[in-house]
Amino acid sequence: MIPNDPQITPDLIAAHNLNEDEYQKILDLIGREPSFTELGIFSAMWNEHCSYKSSKKWLRTLPTTGPRVLQGPGENAGVVDIGDGQAVVFKMESHNHPSFIEPYQGAATGVGGILRDVFTMGARPIAAMNALRFGSPDHEKTRHLVSGVVAGVGGYGNSFGVPTVGGEVEFNSRYDGNILVNAFAAGLADADKIFLSEAKGVGLPVVYLGAKTGRDGVGGATMASAEFGDDIDEKRPTVQVGDPFTEKRLLEACLELMKTGAVIAIQDMGAAGLTCSAVEMGAKGDLGIELDLDKVPVREDHMTAYEMMLSESQERMLMVLHPEKEPEARAVFEKWELDFATVGHTTDDLRFRVIWQGTEVANLPIKELGDEAPEYDRPWVEPKSKAPLSGALPETDVADALLKIIGSPNMASRRWVWEQYDTLIQGNSLVLPGGDAGVVRVDGHETKALAFSSDVNPRYCEADPFEGGKQAVAECWRNITATGAEPLAATDNLNFGNPEKPEIMGQFVHAIKGIGEACRALGFSIVSGNVSLYNETNGVGILPTPTIAGVGLIPDRAKLARIAFGGEGEEIFLIGAPPLWGTHLGQSRYLEIIHNRNDGPPPSVALDLELKTGNFVRTLIREGVTHTVHDCSDGGLAVALAEMAMASGIGAIIETPLGDELAEAFFGEDQARYVISVGALSADEDLDGLLNRAREAGVPMVHIGTTAGDTLKLGHARAVSVRDLKTAHESWFPSYMGASGLN
Amino acid sequence: MKSAVIAFPGSNRDRDMIAALTSISGTAPNVVWHKETNLPDVDLIVIPGGFSYGDYLRAGAIAARSPIMGEIKAAAARGVRVLGVCNGFQILTENGLLPGVLMRNASLLFVCREVKLEVVNNRTPFTGGYEKGQVLRCPVAHHDGNYFADPDTLKAIEDNDQVAFRYAEGTNPNGSIHDIAGVTNRAGNVLGLMPHPENLIEAAHGGTDGRALFASALEIAA
Repeated sequence: MIPNDPQITPDLIAAHNLNEDEYQKILDLIGREPSFTELGIFSAMWNEHCSYKSSKKWLRTLPTTGPRVLQGPGENAGVVDIGDGQAVVFKMESHNHPSFIEPYQGAATGVGGILRDVFTMGARPIAAMNALRFGSPDHEKTRHLVSGVVAGVGGYGNSFGVPTVGGEVEFNSRYDGNILVNAFAAGLADADKIFLSEAKGVGLPVVYLGAKTGRDGVGGATMASAEFGDDIDEKRPTVQVGDPFTEKRLLEACLELMKTGAVIAIQDMGAAGLTCSAVEMGAKGDLGIELDLDKVPVREDHMTAYEMMLSESQERMLMVLHPEKEPEARAVFEKWELDFATVGHTTDDLRFRVIWQGTEVANLPIKELGDEAPEYDRPWVEPKSKAPLSGALPETDVADALLKIIGSPNMASRRWVWEQYDTLIQGNSLVLPGGDAGVVRVDGHETKALAFSSDVNPRYCEADPFEGGKQAVAECWRNITATGAEPLAATDNLNFGNPEKPEIMGQFVHAIKGIGEACRALGFSIVSGNVSLYNETNGVGILPTPTIAGVGLIPDRAKLARIAFGGEGEEIFLIGAPPLWGTHLGQSRYLEIIHNRNDGPPPSVALDLELKTGNFVRTLIREGVTHTVHDCSDGGLAVALAEMAMASGIGAIIETPLGDELAEAFFGEDQARYVISVGALSADEDLDGLLNRAREAGVPMVHIGTTAGDTLKLGHARAVSVRDLKTAHESWFPSYMGASGLN
Repeated sequence: MKSAVIAFPGSNRDRDMIAALTSISGTAPNVVWHKETNLPDVDLIVIPGGFSYGDYLRAGAIAARSPIMGEIKAAAARGVRVLGVCNGFQILTENGLLPGVLMRNASLLFVCREVKLEVVNNRTPFTGGYEKGQVLRCPVAHHDGNYFADPDTLKAIEDNDQVAFRYAEGTNPNGSIHDIAGVTNRAGNVLGLMPHPENLIEAAHGGTDGRALFASALEIAA
């Protein structure tokens, strides 16, 4: 008989975020009232965060396979073949709610969680990125949140020892009450030594590894599946505390253990800790699991079964081991001074049983808890489309506008942020943050390197979720391409508001459709990901933010392109652009920063042009025709050129565009565009030959200027010194954060 | 010449250091776990960067009391070369092999960027491959690199030519007193420095300025 204390009341059920239908489903499933511990287990497994109950139907529509994809969604991370028997393992995951409540620990444990997802699969982490979105710079909490989140990301990643090679930082008042912290990690593994979570074999030991269990994070996953109200500060105890030192030891111990051949299945304890990891391993393997909580290493006294099952203490793993290798496995963990305890075994009855103080406190059907959890087809409405821009814009000086844009909060240099991250550790970083994509070489290989980029434009997504979803994929693909890499696959981190509102669900559905369309057109499958819903405070939702992070392969790192001009006297070309260079100002940074408007539709993405243009640019990089490539994104052509000048310290003289629409030409945000500069060509090709090749490939390519001197001159606008550009670009962030100390 | 890299729980630039020593000397160094009480017979002992014991007490404080440190102290007294980089430098000051302390950066922030280093003393076993006054590029990545010593100690290390490297051209990233980036012991066979020469030893790193330090210490023609 399972004791039932406290009593299950409607209030208690509601406090566990379970609705009436879901509770009825529980009653139907088990034929009796659940125990308190069981209620907690259901709440953890069936919440949005763990079950994907609102999103599953739509996630299934995304392309998830491909010739190089070894493992798609459903495991701890996606796995993609990079040749030579090696694979890249990667995923992105949100830690939004905890980071708003306690920014340092929330962000730190977000990084810890994603690193664990990667090394759980047998991969050594080699790169990290972080896409961070904060409220308006004027909001009273923003500075505190930026400072805490950045320190938390750095504090964990730096100590663990993974280079942070890219990411995003954006401000918008729609994140005032609900910031976004999306953490990405990638690791390197042997393609034939990938470890999965599916348990195999009956009567085998289930082993608990890593740190001890405490009360931290109890109910965290449930909290992450609810909206915020004004009582937010009361939720602080649900945030976990990170310990990167233990995580680093856990990494080394796990990789060492995996080499012994002892591991049958492994799952990290993330959201809903012991519950989620045990249920997933059993449910996937069509096995039951029995856990004896009295064997679990704890760091607090008198923990109840409920607390132990829902604790989100960090740096813990669960494994199913070959019993004969147990002594060897134990020795590895003892060397690294980590806990190692056999806490249960696999069974053949598909039940999830939990014993505590000698008594059975839970006995539930494992499949229905796990992979057969409830699923919803939530009602949704078509998002309204935005009217075209109307009314002429006041004339602006191009040079003044450029300086203002590159010095604005959303366009200023993020150096203040990324200098707090170790970007160099492991000695393989080739392109640091500030370029189009971060690049690290593949350790142990003579020529290979991997490129990483994380992208989304939430303003575009708000104005048109379908085009915005497409654009996020296209921009990520483009940034990776701009280094010379072949984009391999991507991970998605879908951050939205309350899915029970049909208009929010409409944003979600349309964004997924756009993402799917772009992924199919570009051959860029989604191999892992995470959905974060209920990003609302007091009923106001965030901007729809489907972050896309992708990975690309560079076969020969000697042919890598960067954004810096290579020298003076290089010819500058614009590739993939319309005849007037740029035409689209709806939702642009120019409109927002210079004219204080945010109307119009976002630019649409012509995926066929995107593909043709990207492939052409990549060919030029791989042939060694160019070493300097930058994509045109936020802020358009003028900002792209300014960034190329600042990165190199070299100026440029740019011709006057055709037509009278200077703002559109220089600040329009038309998609699929790249700027390249070309130094000396090989003997058998001249510039006309290059333009001819573009024409034959069906790719628009136009000569727009020459690198020269130390000023940037855009058409008839006054020349701006590269130094003034840098001052404008580098000043905002440190001065906003009140940077103290030196430099 | 033979080398050893000491590994503590939480060391994380040990792999970078092993790669650098292997690349420069052609032989992989011995890797010695901190619980060992015997050092292999080597000419150069390197304590790499990282966050030994999470830097949870004070950076380097716990590692400085590891079993292997007694052996390292004895080896240093015999004249064996000892190099501590970043966390290794912190461990050597905590252990008393080097003077001074490393405090939290003046900005209170972790800092990872490239700085300039002036070679102040090129008559040490580690700096002989550089010219005196030569200015090098070198990256830093630390939270606790703010070197400090009391006035008497400072005067002594300056008078004895124990300052091996100073941050140059206004690039002091952490508030270190006298712009000190690296110091030696009185005898010159123990060097600690905050910057990471092991991350600037090949073209892929964007430069090779760090290479001569290891080449000197291992007596290999650079």
